[in-house]
Amino acid sequence: MSDGEVRLTIDGRPVSVPGGTLIVDAAKRAGIDIPVFCYHPKMAPVGMCRMCLVEIGRPARDRVTGEVPLDSDGKPVLFYNVKLETACTTPVGEGWNVRVASEKALAGRKEVVEFLLTSHPLDCPICDKGGECPLQNLTMGHGPGKSRFVYDDKFHLDKRVPLGDLIVLDRERCIQCARCVRFQEEIAGDAVIGFYERGRQWEIVTFSEPGFDSYFSGNTTDICPVGALTTADFRFGARPWELNTAASICPHCPVGCNLTLNTRREAESGGREIIKRVMPRQNEAVNETWICDKGRFAHHFASSPTRLQRPLVRREGNLVEATWEEALSAAAEGLRSAGPGLRGIAGGRLSNEDLFAFRRTVEAVGGQAVLDTQMGGGDITRRFGLGRLGDLGQLGPGDAILVVATDLHEEAPIWWLRIKLAAERGAALVVANARSTRTDDFARHRVRYDYGQAVETVLGLAGATGMKDRSARADRDQAAGSALSHAGELVVFFGSEGLDYAGSTALAEACAALLVGTGHAGKPQSGLIGVWPSANDQGAWDMGLRPPADGILEYLRQAKAGYIAAADPLGDDPTLRPVIDALDFLVVHELFLTATAELADVVFPAQSFIEREGSLTSGEGRVQRYYPAVPPLGEARPDWWIAASLGARLGGKAAPVSAAAGMDEIASSVPAYAGVTYRALAEVHEQWPLVGGDDLYFGGTAYANRQGLGVKLASDVESGGAAEAPWPATTAPAPGAGLLLVPVLRLYDRGTTVLPSKLLETCRASHQIELNPEDATALHLADGGRVQIEWDGRVETCAAAVSSAVPVGAALVLRSSGLTLRTPARARLRAASGGTRP
Amino acid sequence: MAAAEHILLRHRDIPDFDRLDTYLAHGGFEALKTTVTSKSPPDVIEIVKASGLRGRGGAGFPTGVKWSFLTPDVFPRYVVVNADESEPGTFKDREIMEHNPFQLLEGVALCAFAARASTAYIYCRGEFWDLAAALGAHIAELRGRGFLGRKLFGTDFSLEIFVHLGAGAYICGEETALLESLEGKLGQPRLRPPFPAAKGLYGQPTVVNNVETLANLPPILARGADWYRSIGTKDSPGTKVFSLSGNVARPGNYELPLGTPFRTLIFDHGGGVPGGRKIKAILPAGASAPILVATEEVLDTPMDYESLPKVGSMLGSASIIVIDDSVDIFWVALKTTRFFKHESCGKCTPCREGTYWMLHLLERLHDGTPADAGQVDLLQAVARGIEGKCLCPLGEFSIMPVTSGIERFRADFAAHEASGQ
Repeated sequence: MSDGEVRLTIDGRPVSVPGGTLIVDAAKRAGIDIPVFCYHPKMAPVGMCRMCLVEIGRPARDRVTGEVPLDSDGKPVLFYNVKLETACTTPVGEGWNVRVASEKALAGRKEVVEFLLTSHPLDCPICDKGGECPLQNLTMGHGPGKSRFVYDDKFHLDKRVPLGDLIVLDRERCIQCARCVRFQEEIAGDAVIGFYERGRQWEIVTFSEPGFDSYFSGNTTDICPVGALTTADFRFGARPWELNTAASICPHCPVGCNLTLNTRREAESGGREIIKRVMPRQNEAVNETWICDKGRFAHHFASSPTRLQRPLVRREGNLVEATWEEALSAAAEGLRSAGPGLRGIAGGRLSNEDLFAFRRTVEAVGGQAVLDTQMGGGDITRRFGLGRLGDLGQLGPGDAILVVATDLHEEAPIWWLRIKLAAERGAALVVANARSTRTDDFARHRVRYDYGQAVETVLGLAGATGMKDRSARADRDQAAGSALSHAGELVVFFGSEGLDYAGSTALAEACAALLVGTGHAGKPQSGLIGVWPSANDQGAWDMGLRPPADGILEYLRQAKAGYIAAADPLGDDPTLRPVIDALDFLVVHELFLTATAELADVVFPAQSFIEREGSLTSGEGRVQRYYPAVPPLGEARPDWWIAASLGARLGGKAAPVSAAAGMDEIASSVPAYAGVTYRALAEVHEQWPLVGGDDLYFGGTAYANRQGLGVKLASDVESGGAAEAPWPATTAPAPGAGLLLVPVLRLYDRGTTVLPSKLLETCRASHQIELNPEDATALHLADGGRVQIEWDGRVETCAAAVSSAVPVGAALVLRSSGLTLRTPARARLRAASGGTRP
Repeated sequence: MAAAEHILLRHRDIPDFDRLDTYLAHGGFEALKTTVTSKSPPDVIEIVKASGLRGRGGAGFPTGVKWSFLTPDVFPRYVVVNADESEPGTFKDREIMEHNPFQLLEGVALCAFAARASTAYIYCRGEFWDLAAALGAHIAELRGRGFLGRKLFGTDFSLEIFVHLGAGAYICGEETALLESLEGKLGQPRLRPPFPAAKGLYGQPTVVNNVETLANLPPILARGADWYRSIGTKDSPGTKVFSLSGNVARPGNYELPLGTPFRTLIFDHGGGVPGGRKIKAILPAGASAPILVATEEVLDTPMDYESLPKVGSMLGSASIIVIDDSVDIFWVALKTTRFFKHESCGKCTPCREGTYWMLHLLERLHDGTPADAGQVDLLQAVARGIEGKCLCPLGEFSIMPVTSGIERFRADFAAHEASGQ
């Protein structure tokens, strides 16, 4: 018996679990299902539904002598409470005997089920949860065959109550377990739903405006043990048993949440198999059993009928459909002659295999390939990245987290959520940014700086930790620096808010210097995480792609021919038109006919992530594999196949036969990926809590992970690389006069992969800039007024939103919301007509 | 028969007792001053333990023992006065607060001293808004006169008392629901353990005591545990304010020694059943206890915490409701069930759904809605289904009039089943 272990018997089975384990969990570990509705292993027990009633026998103790009387067999005499007790609220005790399947316990639970069903509408035949409903299953398993309740006496409530745009409540199906309310309060940190009234009238309401205003709302539909909460996306969309499932990885941000895609052939889509819903797939080291609403709802782009389906070749000035053979030949012909003048641009949503093949193809003719981003530091994160045992879920008292120059709640919600939970467990959170964000809410130390001062701030924190003081800020941030230096484990998140390529590179270097200076570099649970704009930017860096140091414009200016995959530089920046027009030849692979693709000579239709295999490397440095969920759309092919086939025609190696073979090539040439195989990526081990069992236990309908937990890469320093951090060049704020335009991300942007989701229409970032009331007053601008913005010789007009959350002197521009701005810039603002105060 | 000395309802003997000067003239706050200046908190706890004072809110738990459960060395601590008096037929705390407020407030201060708390809250039921306002004025007066505030009587003991008004929910009389409500949350009971003594208001060690319990403290501290023990019975010392109502000639509050038989209260003090009717049943603790058949044995039963369980009920908050032979016990059960169904907070399944179901069964019987045979047995089965499965006592209490009614007055229920009326 190890220290702190408690031994007891559950239904005759001896069980040994750590002290403090609840009986319900101890039983689960022993393979005994105690049914629950309200209990959820990730939330505090409440004992509300009373479904987990069991008999508990405790060794009797003589009140006077304190001795435990023994029976004739020499075993302690057990005392059983007259009442049944809730297994979900009772921690185990030494020598206890728990009866789950006793006559008394079975009878008690049967009565609880009968009670629950008295008010439940029993509309299973039309309920979305039917087929995967804990109430349905537990009724079959534990309830009476027939209710004694007269149906006419049933209490009826509204069956369609939209709590917001995304979640719909059926009030009479609700069994008042409060899982949703508790999830929003305890886990999501958005207490925007609650209970109203009492007794049988007790009902769920939302009290936010707009309703159910939370990026995590979809999770409540997973953990709802009945069909009370449904998503507007899936509601009445299909029966669960009609759905096919495939494992996937979310393509929207660098967290890399594990997904299960549920698909079905759909009449509306001409009989094609499409995604019906996106569900979380358990990976306790990544997303646990949660996903954000963007991951859940912004999937429609993949099934969009406007996607490219056949290769296009420019003939007589027009893009016309062609065969793959014709298109590949034309593309090879056009690119071959460019030689060193070939410039490739790839987007960070591509898989490792795609990016590896893309780079190799470009380099086969002597060209260059870059990653389509303005954020630097991917080589630093490779060296100083999160160690191989890194898991935000393990951070707690004594550990520290630094978050700098990023709004995690908008950019990577699940990281935000897990950091919040770590902070609540006791980890010291230090948040440094030029403005307040929702990460501040649970920070122990908030460090505010002016845009342009991020690098100095981090160096100041490093100085405050006892390194050579290179900054005057050191004193001010002493407490925060001290929290970082004394941390057991230190995880640093850095973003690129207010920074260009050079600035974000310097920030990464400063963060690395901090990790080195505090002795955390190379620790297996510490390290640096880039909050990248795209899901696989880290993978792109690892595959040898970097952002163009002088920007896309300069980069393309030197090009003879262009080769662009999964990027739309012209759509992002219309001023690139002249350099793109000037190209001799342009090849694009894409999902949609983007602004850039419209100018191409050859356009290849690429498969979306739901049709193909591939691997992505998360910001934490975990390589994860996704699987085909539906047949390819039209003649679309995977990007790696397109790039490699093109490469073969340009004198490169033959295309690999599969994505898996592509990974084998990566493993043999990229040291950090040595040993990574598709088989290794598919390995799983048992995770706690156990989910996905037949009893639909407390994991809701989140799917068990049987398709792979991925491979967590070690950082180079951890693998024996040098722990010398390059000392960053401090960067000056953008020069010039006027307000500083700062591009920031909102979760629901207007990018190509989000726009097709009509569901998110009302919550999408609007075409506007945000500025401080002080600046707005000086410009005679009213909230909602029109503002004219002049920068870099460009003039745009949009709406102005006035908010004190914006620092004085800055104007926030929402990325991918219509105003194209990739890096901070000085601008002159003035009220456009209709914008002045009356 | 002469009433015993009033310990709690002293205003009945002394005019203007709700005025501070009157209260002071009769030795008011002497107990507090003496205690604070010459005794230690553990001394006070020992005296209260020795007095045998038991909680008057209903459970009858020994008060001093409850205080000794406070988690040691964790501060701040709070004292919370349960003035949510909402049991049907209970109106004793109201009279104390209305007419003898300073004795309560002195008791609160003594309790706070014993508990090493410097903040106390009086949680009044929502309908007590006038009382709450009056208490607030009394507290302000005490502050002005130096009986509340910082460094009282030149010691390190400081105390502030605040009055909080509930929103009108019976469940908030349950101590953990009261604490939730006091914290500004939905009034619903918490899981126990942890008990308030370990984690109470705002997660801190908290004493929650009933108004009447605390009003006992000044006389106990002034006159000693032995004196207190000389009143009442061995296991239930002291007096109790019995709220007498129902079919009696003189309903009202009667302060009598614990252990006084029902007969004495109902007939000697209450004047018996009017109209020459016979006494049929007694609800000894409002709606929250089994209904007693008013046999000679029951009428001779001493009203104390240990004797009532022997005849199949509980003393609870001692709100004695007398029922004469004109009353249908089925009707009583319908009334109490309607009350509990209305007051069920909804947090746990058996209470939320069970009270709803019981009410519908009773209403069907009452209205004569056609139903299958055996509805009374079903009602009993539903009640037994609730029993022992609830999160807090409300659900457990809700079945008592029904189960005891069917067991002890079966004919009253059977009549409805037979006639459909």
